Amino acid sequence: MKAGAFSWHPAHTLDEAVTLLAEYAPHDGRVIAGGQSLIPSMALRVAFPAHRVDINGVDELARVIVDGDDLVIGACVRHAAFHVPVEPGPLGRLLTQVVHDIAHDPIRQRGTFCGSLANADPASEWCLVAATLGARMVARSIRGARTIEAADWFQGIMSTALAEDELLAEVRLPRLAGDARAGFYEFSRRAGDYALAMALVAYRDDHGTLRDVRIGTGGVEVQPRRIAQAEAMLEGRALSEEAIAKAAAAVSAAVDPLEDVHTDATYRRSLIGTAVRRAFAQAAA
Amino acid sequence: MNDTLPITLQVNGHAHAIRVEPRKTLSDALRIDCGLTGTNVGCEHGVCGACTVLLDGAPVRSCLMFAVQAQGRALRTVEGLAQGGNLAPLQQAFIDHHALQCGFCTSGFLMLATGMLERNPTIDDASLREVLASNLCRCTGYQNILRAVAHTRDALRAGTVKNVDGAQATATSQVSR
Repeated sequence: MKAGAFSWHPAHTLDEAVTLLAEYAPHDGRVIAGGQSLIPSMALRVAFPAHRVDINGVDELARVIVDGDDLVIGACVRHAAFHVPVEPGPLGRLLTQVVHDIAHDPIRQRGTFCGSLANADPASEWCLVAATLGARMVARSIRGARTIEAADWFQGIMSTALAEDELLAEVRLPRLAGDARAGFYEFSRRAGDYALAMALVAYRDDHGTLRDVRIGTGGVEVQPRRIAQAEAMLEGRALSEEAIAKAAAAVSAAVDPLEDVHTDATYRRSLIGTAVRRAFAQAAA
Repeated sequence: MNDTLPITLQVNGHAHAIRVEPRKTLSDALRIDCGLTGTNVGCEHGVCGACTVLLDGAPVRSCLMFAVQAQGRALRTVEGLAQGGNLAPLQQAFIDHHALQCGFCTSGFLMLATGMLERNPTIDDASLREVLASNLCRCTGYQNILRAVAHTRDALRAGTVKNVDGAQATATSQVSR
């Protein structure tokens, strides 16, 4: 189908973008960046905005930079930017691995990292990365800038803490320690399709003892999150298959799975346990 | 809100001055306003890839962009592949390897593979499969498409063809009409 009519407002600077957004947000105006989720929902007449503030021409938002301990990803940075490591450490390698599970190559040429965070699909890979690694989202409006922690950002299926006159200008991802290990595993029925379950794990191996353990789940529940009780089971312990299996079982028990006609809760619980085990196996490899 | 905007699209090196509503997709503008009907429109929501074109060299779904967003960008469509009456080596490889039946997906696959091979002429088999998984074909079962694209990659590597598109096509790929 064809998208409904809307007025188009291209912005060329960040200031112009937030000014336009302040003007049009109260009149059903929204931001458009890569549009790879938004335009399909407009074509399907699920989204029906009266105004679109287009930020694709804002060059200052197209940068990904290392700023001290953070990787700073601007609102117009495409998924394809992560096809090569954007950072020399474990984080850069992790993002390069994860990006290959996001849709398909042509979608990755247009879709943006920050757009995925703003869309907050439960099956979004970048949302899982942000939730697990503790990203901070920087929201800009004519009222100023504020930083939102990942734990506060996600508010259910496709729902975030972003106000309607705010632009998600950048996401700040904490860089992983140089000796950190990270692993990611996603299960979907077809290449490029939405994840039914995925897990992201990160830790440091301190002479056989696990430190800074992070276990995140995505695609299983209404939003991605860390599973604290499973992390606690591994923190300070020795890395072993048995310990990981117990932590994976704790993840399966902790989640409140989404269900659909093909995928019941029992199946998704089992799937996420397997995903956690495989993510750990990959981190150790 | 239904007002049209004047825009200029640069397609295959030619400027097309057109007027479009903001809601008009790039694929519809190419077909209806520029008259370039080689780009096919299948699903209209980014799943099938039949509408794939090159935007500044990168393959994109032209149904997932609005035409107004493509101003000032270099667009290439399937009409730009054959040059001087010569099919592009990739097009000839599609014929030689029976990589099409009904042909509906073909222009999308050609542009996807052209963008992929221009970016990475030595792409390995696994990566080639991953990229070609982007588009749907309901006839061929994909194996012949994989063979045609791999053949072109190998020819580029061997130096028997110079470019993916028709700029320096070999003498054997003469278009017969």
